This record gives sequence, C-alpha cells and structure tokens, in this order.
Amino acid sequence: MTSTYSVVAVAIVITATMLIGANGLRLSRTTSDFYVASRTVSPWWNASAIGGEYLSAASFLGVAGLIFAYGADMLWFAVGYTAGYLVLLTLVAAPLRRSGAYTLPDFAEERLASVPVRRIASLLTVGIGWLYLLPQLQGAGLTLYTVTGLSPLVGAVAVAVVVVVNVMAGGMRSITIVQAFQFWLKLAAITIPMVFLLLAWQHDGAPTPIGPTPPAFTERTTVRVNSAVTVRVHEPVRVTVTGVVDGDRLRESPVRLSTGTHRIDQGTSVTFPAGAVVPQVTSIPATTGEQWALPLSGTSGDHSLYVVYSLIVATFLGVMGLPHVIVRFYTNPNGWAARRTTVVLLVLLGVFYVQLPLYGMFGRLYTPELLMTGRTDATILLLPARVIGGLGGDLLSALVAGGAFAAFLSTASGLTVAVAGVISRNTLRRFGITGFRIAAVGAMTVPLAMTLVSSRLSVADVVGLAFAVAASSLCPLVVLGIWWRGLTSVGAAAGMTVGGGLALTAGLLTLMGAAQPGWWMDLLRWPAAWTVPIGFAVMVGVSLATPGSTPPGVARLMARLHAPESLGLRSTAAREEAAQ
Amino acid sequence: MSTVVAFLVGVLVGLVGLGIVVLSRRAGTARVRRHLGTEAEQVTYETLHKAWSAAPPLRAGLSSDTARKAARHLRGLLRAPALAITDGEQRLAWDGSGEQHADAAVALAATAFRTGKVSVLGPDRIACADPSCTLRYAVAAPIAVEDEVRAVLTVYSAEESAGLARAATEVARWVSGQLELAELDRSKARLIEAEVRALRAQISPHFIYNSLTAIASFVRTDPARARNLLLEFADFTRYSFRRHGDFTTLAEELNSIDQYLNLERARFGERLTVTLQISPEVLPVAVPFLCLQPLVENAVQHGMEDRANGCHITILAQDGGSEALLSVEDDGAGMDPEQCRRMLSGKGDGGGMALGNIDERLRQVYGHEYGLVVETALGAGTKVKLRVPKHRVGVHAT
Repeated sequence: MTSTYSVVAVAIVITATMLIGANGLRLSRTTSDFYVASRTVSPWWNASAIGGEYLSAASFLGVAGLIFAYGADMLWFAVGYTAGYLVLLTLVAAPLRRSGAYTLPDFAEERLASVPVRRIASLLTVGIGWLYLLPQLQGAGLTLYTVTGLSPLVGAVAVAVVVVVNVMAGGMRSITIVQAFQFWLKLAAITIPMVFLLLAWQHDGAPTPIGPTPPAFTERTTVRVNSAVTVRVHEPVRVTVTGVVDGDRLRESPVRLSTGTHRIDQGTSVTFPAGAVVPQVTSIPATTGEQWALPLSGTSGDHSLYVVYSLIVATFLGVMGLPHVIVRFYTNPNGWAARRTTVVLLVLLGVFYVQLPLYGMFGRLYTPELLMTGRTDATILLLPARVIGGLGGDLLSALVAGGAFAAFLSTASGLTVAVAGVISRNTLRRFGITGFRIAAVGAMTVPLAMTLVSSRLSVADVVGLAFAVAASSLCPLVVLGIWWRGLTSVGAAAGMTVGGGLALTAGLLTLMGAAQPGWWMDLLRWPAAWTVPIGFAVMVGVSLATPGSTPPGVARLMARLHAPESLGLRSTAAREEAAQ
Repeated sequence: MSTVVAFLVGVLVGLVGLGIVVLSRRAGTARVRRHLGTEAEQVTYETLHKAWSAAPPLRAGLSSDTARKAARHLRGLLRAPALAITDGEQRLAWDGSGEQHADAAVALAATAFRTGKVSVLGPDRIACADPSCTLRYAVAAPIAVEDEVRAVLTVYSAEESAGLARAATEVARWVSGQLELAELDRSKARLIEAEVRALRAQISPHFIYNSLTAIASFVRTDPARARNLLLEFADFTRYSFRRHGDFTTLAEELNSIDQYLNLERARFGERLTVTLQISPEVLPVAVPFLCLQPLVENAVQHGMEDRANGCHITILAQDGGSEALLSVEDDGAGMDPEQCRRMLSGKGDGGGMALGNIDERLRQVYGHEYGLVVETALGAGTKVKLRVPKHRVGVHAT
C-alpha cells in the first residue's frame, strides 16, 4: 500500500476543491474591459469542461477493470463512452442548443408544450442522476480503500460531504475554467503513469498476456481477501493460509487447494508460490490469455454477440440522457459552437479512453491477484507502484489516486448541481437559492444511502444501468423530438415510461440476483438491445394513435431547431412576427 | 441478497417520494374536495370546482380550442345532456350527446346573437329523426363582452324548465365575466408593450446632446477616438431602437451597455469607473430586451448626481445553476426606500418608469418570484438585483 503519498495527493485535491468552491467567485473574471468579459466560452474550453465533468473515475476505473476481467468484448465500453458523442454530434447537439433548453425536461416542455411530460422527464433525469452518482461514491470508497485501507464508507461519505458543502457554499457555479482544468488533471493522471508503464513494460521485454494459459503469479505472492469470495481453482496448488478457507480456520498452515470452487472468508491471507495459476472469483469466467484477447469468445457470457450489441446501443445512445453533460451544452452561444464543442470533445475523450485497454492488459500481467479478490476496478490504482516501484512508483500512484479523486469530486458536483437544479425547479422554485440548497442535500442523500446498503454492486454494472435507462427513455424523447414532427405528448409520456421502466426493472432484477445464468440473465443484465427499440416503438406507435395531442406550433419550432444560425431565419421570422 | 433488496427499496422509495412531491400540487385540489361537509355544501363545492376548472381556458380568450376545453366543465356545471358554444358564423364547441344537432347550433343561436336576449327554443326547432335522442328543448344565452355579443351558449335538455333558462343565463354571464378578464389581461400586455416602445424611444435628448458634444471635443485632439465614439453611438441607437423581438441575449445587452458606458466615459472621463464581473457561462442566456441597460443608465445618473468626486458602478452577472444572477450597483446618493417602493409599483416618473417597467416585465414572463430586488438607503448607494431563469418556454433571443 502506497498510503502516505496518495493520502497527501487526495488531501490536496479535496482542499483545492474546497478552496476553489469557496472563492470561486473571484475566479470568474473581474475586469473593466468589456471586450474580454463579454466573450462567450470557446469550444475548446467548453469541450475540456464537459470532459472534466463527464470523465468520472467510476467510468475509467470500471472500464479498465472490465477489460482486465472480461477481455476484448469490453473494449466496446471504451469505444461507446466516446462514440456516444458522435451520435450526440450528428443528431442532437446543434438542434438541442437552438431549442434554448437548459435541461432535458426543459426540452420536453418546449417541444411538447406539456407539463406532465416535463414531470416524467424530470423524474427520469433525477433517477438517472442518482444511479450515476451511486458508482461515483462507491468508486471514491474503493479508491480510498485501495490507497489507505480505510473502510470504503469513509471515501463515499467524504466525497458526499465535500460536494454538498461545496455546492451549498456557492460552488454550484460550475465554473468552466475549473472544470476544464479538472479534465487536463485527469488526462495527466492517466497519461503520465501510462508513459512510465510502457517504458517499464518495454524494459521487461514486452511480455504479452495472450497465451494458452490463464494468468499466473510471477513470484511468490500473498493475497489478502477483504470480503468473502468464492474462487475457482484450475489446477491443484499448495498454498499457505492464515484465516478461513472452506470453513476450516487455519494459521500459517500449508493447504492443498484441489481443482474446483473454494470459499475464502473475509480477512484471510493466502500465499501462492511463483508460477501458480491465479484462482478467479466465480463471477469472472475462467479464461486463457487467448480467449481473453479474442472478441466474442464467450468471456462475457454465452451470448457475447447479443451482449456486445446491447452494450453498443446503451453507451452510444445513453450519453445524451446524462443530466450534467446536457446542461454544459447550454454554455455554447449557438448551434454551430455546440457542434464544434462536440468534435473537440470527441478528440479529447479519444485520447483518454484509448489508454484504458492498455491498463486492462497491464492489469492482467502485473496485478493478476485482483482476479481472485474480484476487485479488478483497483488495477489502475495499483499498477504504478507494482510495476515501477520505489519513490517514482509511489509518486505516480499518488498522481493516479489524486486524479481519480478529482474525477469523483468534479463528476459528483456536476451531477449534484444538475439533479438539484431539476428538483428545485419542479418543487422548490419559490424558495429561490435556499430551495436549490435544500435540493442539493436531497440530491446527494439518496445515492449515499443507496451506497451504504449496496456496497457489493459492481461500479460498471450501475454505470451501465444508468446508461441503459437513459438510452431507453430520454434518448427516444430527444431524437424523435428533434427529428419527427409527429411526436405527441401522450406518445412521449408512454414511450419514456415504458422504455425507462423496463430498463430500470431489468437492471434492478439483475442487481438483486433474481435470474439464473442463461438467456434470461443476459437479457436482464444487458437490457438496452430490447428496451431501446421498445421505447422508440411505443413512442412512435402511441404518437400515431393520438394525433390529436400534437402540440401547436410544431412547424415553427422545427424550423428554429434545424435552421443554421447563419441563414438568419430566426431574426427574419421574428421581424415578420413583429410586423403583423 | 438483503442488501440488494434494501437497495431496490431505496431506489423505489426515492422515486416514489419525488413523484409524490412533484405531483402534490395537482393532487392538492383533489384533496380539498374530499373534506366532506353537508350535502348542500358539497354541491356548492362541486359547482365552484367546476367553475374553477372552466376558468383557465376562458381566461385565454375565446377560440374553438378554449371553447372546447371549457364546454366540458360548463356542461357538468349545468347538468345538461348537451351544450354548444357558437359565435356569429361558426360552431366553436359541442359537448354531449346528440351530435346530429351540432350543425344546426349556429342557426339556433342566431336570434340570441342578433338581439342579445335569451331565447328559449322548443321541439319545433329541435327536430330529430333519431328515436333514441332525448334533446327537445334548448336555451340560447348570449355571451357579451363590453356590451357586444361575442358568442352564444346554447344548452339543450329533454324537457322544458324555467330553472334551466335561469341557470343558462347565469352561466353565460359568468363566461362573459371571464372573457372580460381575458380582455383585461390582453390590454395589460399591450400597455407593457407600449411602455417598452416608449423605453426604446427614451434615449434622452440630454444624452444625445452630451454625447455629441463629447465626441465633438475629440474631433480635433483625437480624431480616431472621435470616429470610434461615433460608431458606438450609431450601434447603441440602433440596438435601442430596434423594432423586433422581446428578448435578446445577455451578451448583446451587455454589449449595448458597453457602448453606452464608453459614450458616458468620453463625457465624464476619470470620474466614472466601472467594475465588471461576468461569468462567461451566462452570456448566452435569453433576457428581456432592455432589462439591464436602463438600470445602468439609472446608476450613472444617480451616481453622477451632484457629486464632484465621481462614481463607481459594479455590474455582476453570475451563474446560479438553472438561473443567471444579475446586479447593477452604484455608490451614489441612494434613495429613500419608500420612494423606491413607489417607483417599483409604477407610480414614479422618468427613471422610475424604467424600474417599474422592468419589474413588471420580469414578473410577467417568469412569474412573481422573479421581480427586481432593490437594496438602497439615503447616502448608501443603490443595488438592483434580478434573477433570470436559463430556460422558460417561449423565451428565445432573436
């Protein structure tokens, strides 16, 4: 454990965040030069700021962990989290900005002129925000636990308190410069260690994890199990155990683990000889290096092809439903700038996400024991110290831990502000700023409470659930709302309710462990491939059946959404209106 | 397993709780009805509730859309099998059974429309081939706004009754009242519009004279600056006189303020200093046209009033989550809070008119919680604050 440096790094990040939150006002520009003051945010700054809020540590720790555990199929996570913005760019970015909407509920109300639809969209936005906050808090707990050994609850509570205090103290102004800085900090925290890892890997003779055998311990290794696991052993191995294995309490005793599954209790230490094949938790399918590197080789279940398509649908279409991302697009002065921002963002995210598969590969080479404890999410945090070692390794680990913590704080702040904005706009509007503060507490309390009761859920699973719900409910609303004038308020309400409801139910059933392995489990665990088409179909079908509830003035609204600003249609139309 | 169940319960309770809060305002009215009183009281409540439901569409004025929405509630109010609302030429709404009578509704109502008197019509006029149709009698009551008949409410029934004629007359009068209120709303909006037009034309002769004099003084000493100032003057007047659109972006409004301040600085020189704190995030926000610039003009006037040592103006625009927070502050003479209250209620003159007009427009567009907030006292300067939501349906910068 590389505690000291990492704790210092995390402490610095928390302190800096609090200071910036308290003094944020002074960072917004004070000047008597109007020219400087009235310049809108440029696409580069804006893209960096969106990246700052979007790149949650939960996603980058989780993606590297998934690729590490399940192999090539999971590359689609890294691709999807980036490519979602391509869909956003082509279908949504500019028209949504031209609609003038600040949040998706705003868009729903603007497009469909219906308060009930607005309320449903608000509920979904808040729900998705909560689901997305949950893994942030869990990830923070995991990070703090990995670098210091403190209980995971401490990290979750720390992030929750810092964010809420910050937002309440006025840090709710999501200052573009600060968020943009966060992005570059995260990129540095991922890229700098990667450079050193690549050099060290070259120095080792560039070993490859792709071989006919599962990963093995390269040297004598002691693994401490911090929460009880059931592992599958591939070939008999003699180990030294202190703790409880298969119900036998042992102390420094040699044990022969036979082929098959074994239960190892909390707090047990197991020492493996060099060259022993790593036992893997039963939830990770045992795979050789070749299977791991080959797409659709069954590492992600029996129906890999279905899983991959479902993953693509969820991540490509889910991005546009994330509340904290959408509100940042409002900062663009017009539709053109919104598109430009998205293009820049694609580049920035591409640079970031292309590194995660490498971390997954290094994880397989250098931290294989995580396959046994099941905490594959921690691999990025452990790699620098493991591979490089010494002071350099410690400092790099501290950089990663600090960057990860900055990521939790910025994403959690962005989400809390967005969720609190929706809650206060709908229920506490008359209380003004006080209402917003009350809502901020509420926005954080619910996911924190969920974290306390659900520490065993995989970070990536919950992120995936949030994306699936967003893709099945808000994505049809936005896409059809922008591209189909036949959408009616009744259709939108029905589609959002059915699509979002099905995805949420499927996700919760999976998290409850209700399904046995097989087709059902894959359908429930990766629901997007069927819930998204159902969401679209219900929305289209019900809209066709209720042509009477088409909102008035659709044609004019559509013209406003789709006409480029350079045509000057908006001001012409306004002049005509004024002349009448 | 149990933790996961707890998780599920947490999610559901959270969502349901939020749903209850969000929907509670709608449910509020339903709850009132369930507090039971005597039977007569219940009937009264029921009647009042139906009248209350019919009011909002009527307050938007009379069209076939609003008439259709109101007709449903009015029919419930009258307990009639069918009801029609017609204007002079066409049927605006039909609610209830016996659709085959709908086409004749305009002809039936013609007398009432022409004379402005209630007419009772018997089976001779309400002929029908359908044996299952019970409609035999009808009462046509005129709906008049400012003594001019605008529409006719025709109530059908199975038998003749004096009570129905009376009830139809009363309901028609009530509808007239609502339509008169709608008319009032419209005139209020027109009044505000006229005030905005006056504001636009309100560039004071003094300002024009002073600006041109200041520019003239630079023509020889600093011709480049004089030219720039003239261009600023042209841009400023073009923005202030523009005819189209009720809304603009904060960036444009600030731009116009910049031009105004440049012209004033040419005149006052070092005595006028300005501090700006603008979060670039709020620049694209749509704001009511001329909602800030008159405040800055006021601040300069107040600050420069009988003060030899100049004045300092602070303009803030901050990001407040789903709102933009704006304020204009001067360190001038301040004013009596009582006088300020009079200005906000529209009883002031000159600068006071701008304050009252901006306050009125903000409240009209965004709701009453978004009015101007003025912090002032004699000798303590003046600070005017306003909040603008980032999005409101129908509000777009043009």
